[in-house]
Amino acid sequence: MNELIGIVFFGIGIAFNLFGCLGLIRLPDVYNRLQASTKCVTFGTIFLLVGVLIYSGITAMGIKAILCLIFILLTSPTAAHAIARGAHHSRVKLWKKSVIDRYEQDKEGKE
Amino acid sequence: MATVFQVYLGLLLLCCFMCLYRLARGPTAPDRTVAIDILGIVIVGFCAFMAVLTGKDFYINIAITWALLSFIATIALAKYLEGRGFDE
Repeated sequence: MNELIGIVFFGIGIAFNLFGCLGLIRLPDVYNRLQASTKCVTFGTIFLLVGVLIYSGITAMGIKAILCLIFILLTSPTAAHAIARGAHHSRVKLWKKSVIDRYEQDKEGKE
Repeated sequence: MATVFQVYLGLLLLCCFMCLYRLARGPTAPDRTVAIDILGIVIVGFCAFMAVLTGKDFYINIAITWALLSFIATIALAKYLEGRGFDE
């Protein structure tokens, strides 16, 4: 039974990974790609690690999977935020149909 | 059961190749940085899946180490994109 639940969790995680990578290919500019891919791939990998935990039970492998899960949950949004900030500071243009750029307005208002 | 695992492995490999496509093609430097970040996270999931598939314990150690190194590399590349020194 644990094996079956683990396989279902693997399926959900791999589907989210696939959709995130599809967004990485198909979307038009760097901010859209960041927004689509980072969240989906983080969620999918967390589902894969939870699947490892359920599949193997409370063993050494399961405890290490929990450790890896907490680490990814903490660091992946930080890395995405740093990339977005760096891209905006290095003057990467937005897509031509983008509507609004709040960060640029904030910087202009401050200076 | 083995067929399901083979399909899962093929789909994860497809994810990795999608990231490599964006890494080779991406027009600007931040695109490539995003692709490296996503490739690192996908490979962490891949290593965890291999740990279950082969039953060997050391693959999950590789996953933890890969997550640490990928995070540090991404932060360093983002600092470089922002145009500041590493010690600010």
